[in-house]
Amino acid sequence: MLKLFKNLTKKEWLFAIFCIILIVGQIWLELKIPDYMSEITVLVQTEGSKMSDIVLNGGYMVLCALGSLIFAIGAGYFAAYIASEFSKNTRKQIFDKVQNIDTEEVKNFQTSSLITRTTNDVTQIEMLLAMGLQLLVKAPITAVWAITKILNKGWQWSAITGIAVVIMLSIIITLMAIVIPRFKLVQKLIDKINGLTRENLTGIRVVRAFNAEKYQEEKFDKANQNLTDMQLFNQKKFAIMMPVMYLIMYGLTLSIYFIGAGLIENSVLADKITVFGNMIVFSSYAMQVIMSFLMLAMIFMMIPRASVSAKRINEVLDTKQKILPGTFDGETKEKGTVEFKNVSFKYPDADEYVLENISFKVNKGETIAFIGSTGSGKSTLINLVPRFYDATEGEILIDGINVKEYKPETLNNKLGYVPQKAVMFAGTVNYNISYGENGKPKPTEVKIKEAAKVAQAAEFIEKMDKKYKTHIAQGGTNVSGGQKQRLAIARAIAKDPEIYIFDDSFSALDYKTDATLRKELKKYTKNATSLIVAQRIGTIMNADKIVVLDSGKCVGIGTHKELLKNCAVYKEIALSQLSKEELENA
Amino acid sequence: MPKPGKEPTFEKAKDFKGAIKRLFHELNTYKTLIIIAFTLAILGSILSILAPNRLSSLTDEISAGLVINQDNLQVLTKKTSENLSKEKLEEIMSKILSPDLSEKNIKNIMSNENISNEDKVKFQTILTKLKANDETALEELKNMPNTILESIFKDTTYEGVKVTTKDKIDIIKIDKNNINLSENLINIFFKEITIDGIKISPNDQYKFIKTLNTLDKNANQNEIYKKLDTMPKSIKKAINPIMDMNKIKSITLLLVCMYLASALFTYIQSICMTDVANKFAYNLRNRISIKINNLPLKYFDKHQIGDILSRITNDVDMIAMSMNQSLASLVSSVTLFLGSILMMFITNWILAITAILSSLIGFIGMAFILKNSQKYFMQRQTELGNLNGHIEEIYSGLNVVKVYNGKEEANKKFDEYNEKVCQSNKKSQFLSGLMQPLMAFIGNFGYVAVCIVGAILTMNGQISFGVIVAFMTYVRLFTNPLSQIAQATTSLQSTAAASERVFEFIDEEEMSSQKNIKKHLDKVKVKGNIDFENVIFKYDGNENPTIKNFEAHVKPGQKVAIVGPTGAGKTTMVNLLMKFYDITSGDIKIDGVSTKDLTRENIHDLFTMVLQDTWLFEGTIKENIIYNRKNIKDEQIKEVCKEVGLDHFIKTLSKGYNTVLSDNENVSAGQRQLLTIARGMIKETPFLILDEATSNVDTRTEELVQTAMDKLTEGKTSFIIAHRLSTIKNADLILVMKDGNIVEQGNHKTLMKQNGFYANLYNSQFEK
Repeated sequence: MLKLFKNLTKKEWLFAIFCIILIVGQIWLELKIPDYMSEITVLVQTEGSKMSDIVLNGGYMVLCALGSLIFAIGAGYFAAYIASEFSKNTRKQIFDKVQNIDTEEVKNFQTSSLITRTTNDVTQIEMLLAMGLQLLVKAPITAVWAITKILNKGWQWSAITGIAVVIMLSIIITLMAIVIPRFKLVQKLIDKINGLTRENLTGIRVVRAFNAEKYQEEKFDKANQNLTDMQLFNQKKFAIMMPVMYLIMYGLTLSIYFIGAGLIENSVLADKITVFGNMIVFSSYAMQVIMSFLMLAMIFMMIPRASVSAKRINEVLDTKQKILPGTFDGETKEKGTVEFKNVSFKYPDADEYVLENISFKVNKGETIAFIGSTGSGKSTLINLVPRFYDATEGEILIDGINVKEYKPETLNNKLGYVPQKAVMFAGTVNYNISYGENGKPKPTEVKIKEAAKVAQAAEFIEKMDKKYKTHIAQGGTNVSGGQKQRLAIARAIAKDPEIYIFDDSFSALDYKTDATLRKELKKYTKNATSLIVAQRIGTIMNADKIVVLDSGKCVGIGTHKELLKNCAVYKEIALSQLSKEELENA
Repeated sequence: MPKPGKEPTFEKAKDFKGAIKRLFHELNTYKTLIIIAFTLAILGSILSILAPNRLSSLTDEISAGLVINQDNLQVLTKKTSENLSKEKLEEIMSKILSPDLSEKNIKNIMSNENISNEDKVKFQTILTKLKANDETALEELKNMPNTILESIFKDTTYEGVKVTTKDKIDIIKIDKNNINLSENLINIFFKEITIDGIKISPNDQYKFIKTLNTLDKNANQNEIYKKLDTMPKSIKKAINPIMDMNKIKSITLLLVCMYLASALFTYIQSICMTDVANKFAYNLRNRISIKINNLPLKYFDKHQIGDILSRITNDVDMIAMSMNQSLASLVSSVTLFLGSILMMFITNWILAITAILSSLIGFIGMAFILKNSQKYFMQRQTELGNLNGHIEEIYSGLNVVKVYNGKEEANKKFDEYNEKVCQSNKKSQFLSGLMQPLMAFIGNFGYVAVCIVGAILTMNGQISFGVIVAFMTYVRLFTNPLSQIAQATTSLQSTAAASERVFEFIDEEEMSSQKNIKKHLDKVKVKGNIDFENVIFKYDGNENPTIKNFEAHVKPGQKVAIVGPTGAGKTTMVNLLMKFYDITSGDIKIDGVSTKDLTRENIHDLFTMVLQDTWLFEGTIKENIIYNRKNIKDEQIKEVCKEVGLDHFIKTLSKGYNTVLSDNENVSAGQRQLLTIARGMIKETPFLILDEATSNVDTRTEELVQTAMDKLTEGKTSFIIAHRLSTIKNADLILVMKDGNIVEQGNHKTLMKQNGFYANLYNSQFEK
């Protein structure tokens, strides 16, 4: 966690120092208050004291209280400032980092975990900073200061306060030891409840079709019972805490008074009032001491959670970027060519190659398709083009230049990428189609409409209530899977790239739409090169070149007809999808 | 999706009163426990209110030990000073001085050369005065040189006590500021006295008076007390403050009992509430879980899974938490608040008003803070939501963002949201951090106010110091609950909103009742006829029927293929067959029996349904295949798995059929599909509904799946959502759907002849 605090700026450190000074001031004033309290007490007790003295001391005490309030406000402001700025900057750092780390690392972390690290984990630390920082400074100082103030006022009192602190801490520690491990279990049980409900909801048709309602309900009841039992156990144990804490506090006050009575009884006349005053002061300082320890215990409960969060954040920030940007941003001689030269790829820690010795070249205006069973490496292959991964061996040339030499922006400007899972951004249809920076002016409305038309999206967009200005919800939840894919394709078209990359981008479309779309696309992108990954033979059989992959190896390159003749794997795939007759007719 | 953190939320219920009323109505079952808890909360509060009064008596008792016994002191002073009064002195002097005024002695004096003539003259006048019994003579004698005095006063005895010359001179020289008496004289002057049964010897009295006389007239209490501390024991005993240790002990004991009782009450109370809260939460969760299965499917068309999930976890948790923490604390806070006001007024109304007024200023500030911090917290929540949404969006579309060079734009948006979060964060954190110090200030301010006003009252003798001590506690007792009440009401607001959502769900209209349905079809005896007779179906809220006048007759063992583009409403057919939805008009008959006259459970028993989304739950492979069937033997499972070609794969798993399926398990999409087929096979029904779509399945598994599906359809009347052309071509009946409607029906040949939508669809795949 300390490592993260290095991210604090000079201003924030300065504020932190201000904050600490203010807290010390606050404690100083707070600890002065009991002095005035005792002064007032003695004055009220003593006959013949002047009213003006009481008012004077009362005035001082209110001033102290007011001063401490002002200091507290100041400290609170600085703490809030530091915490908020810190979380802002940390979040920004993580966000920047995540955008630049390699796809492989993103995969390792998992997107959902990265999101949690950027949001919840940062919030955790922010909360510790906002609340904990003040307490962390305040509690020990108060405790030590208060202890020095009361230490010489009667060892009997000090002893009893010490005992109270020890009892309190041991109760807290015991409770924590019992309950905290169970808190983690509670989370698991809640997840279980959630999981069972989700299961029932997602499988509602199956559940009903099998008349399995009772079965599900019984499963749920069991999990529910477990959760309830665990919660009851925890909460009942925790219920001891508050009454015992109060008992200790009241008990301590009472003990101090009782001991005080004895001390007064045994002291000489002249000292009695002083002892009495001490007793009143002591009881309030003793409360301060107890409260400080209580606060410390609370912080020590917060710290482990925050430090786990800090560790998770640091894991992201410490990730090394392996795919380094190149510098080339000039014009190329060739246009629209993609060439793989003996490309092999394996994940860094893996033994097996995902791709082995792949070579091919496509020229401007050609379409190349990749087919193969799941895990054959076809997605990985085209992911090498936009450098989501770098080839382990061999080289990939775009327009005759190795992808590693390009400045990322320059390379990206040449590509129109449509992923397997269409990505939608919160914003209008227009925004989604014209998304991104291309080194060219943003596409015009005419261009957007044209792109939508080619992508077979125009029809359904026109049917939406605000047409191209319709708002697409985050994650595209208000459009269907097929519509999302068409919008994603329109986005690529609107960009007018030299090279299209379609990573199984037609899977959610029905045959008819798929066919029309490809036909239109072919017409529209005559001059562009297309790389297509597909599952369906129908999608790719008209490609200029088809690369058949099997377990990362290229087992055949050629046209549909050629492959049917000489590539066993291709033939197998084709036969599983189309009847012989259909294949021959096609 | 990241889990939302435990942030404070501020939500308002649509109908606060109604929601709370409903909540309490639901809690009726736990009435006894709640009443016990509330009673204990009130009792506990009453104890905490009464305790300060006892504490104040304790303080009074202790402070009684600070002030000396004024009465005894007065008696003592009076009695001892009487002994040295002028009259007493003269009386004694006349008795014991007996000066030697004989001629001879006087002559001796006069002839003494050491005495100045001046003194001799003075002595002569005193002598004459003495003889005339003039009282001033003795006064003047004091100033005579010792030689003269020593000559006239000779050792004598008085009442058997020897009185020496020196004694006599001392007597003469007695003065307020200078008392020096020998042991013998002390015994003559002072007689032993008894105060409160304490005997005070003449010697002690002498010391007392002597010390007292050394005091300055303007000495303060502290100086007096210091002098008193040097007094002899008997005197100290007589005037020492009286601290009634027995009474102190008994008060302490009483307080210990009160504190213990109060702690016990709080403990039992929170145990009760914990019990109620958790049992209630348990009950709510179970009711929601059962409710899910009793809702018509159309409900799920309009509501998202996340929404229902959040009701079952977040909302129920919210209710339980606030019942556990806020409800009882609200009761005890209100009791404390009202009780402490009452007690303050009973104890002393002036101080009560002082305490309330002085706290009032603070509360106005607190109300202001609370209102604003709520506002900023809500703002923060929204801003944080926006930011998190943006982060989620960018992270999940990272590749697209990269390739489209969207980083800059993403950063710009991020910075904007991030800054907004930061600003509202600062404000909300700052304001919420103010509460604690402000509370402390109110406490201190109230303390001082009470002390000053209390001091005035104490000086006027209207109250004792203990009352002030009691009020110090009252100020705290009075200020604390208010902030608790404020917190509890906020959480009650959220609870109302949460319970509104939960009960809204629980009160949702359920599927039509099936009580009057008497008919039953036995799945062993069913032949397998299905007749659609003029079926019209319309989704709720749609204007036009989705299915219009649909007429079809399916004979036992026939295969029906349902085809059409995505979103054409193929699942509508499944919904109607399974009676997930009730048809609007017309009839669907199974073996001539209208589905309207059959229970849903009965219909479900007749159908096997294998859908595209392969639904498996977390459990072992075996559990997933058996599902809710009973008495299924292991051999049966194995047999089914062999039939669908899964047996080999399962055997390769380390735990075989007992392997637990979870999301990350190495079970491919195709294998999942096979598992659901196996599950369907074990059901053995006359009818089958099958969804063929096999996207994302690799070629070889797909073959396996298709073989398995073919096996599944054997001998059954099947409805297949078809994607494979071979299936379609071999179907006895093809239902062609478009935009939710059945547009064409017939077999492949007749449909191709029609050259309509189907023919178009079929050909589109092979267009160049």
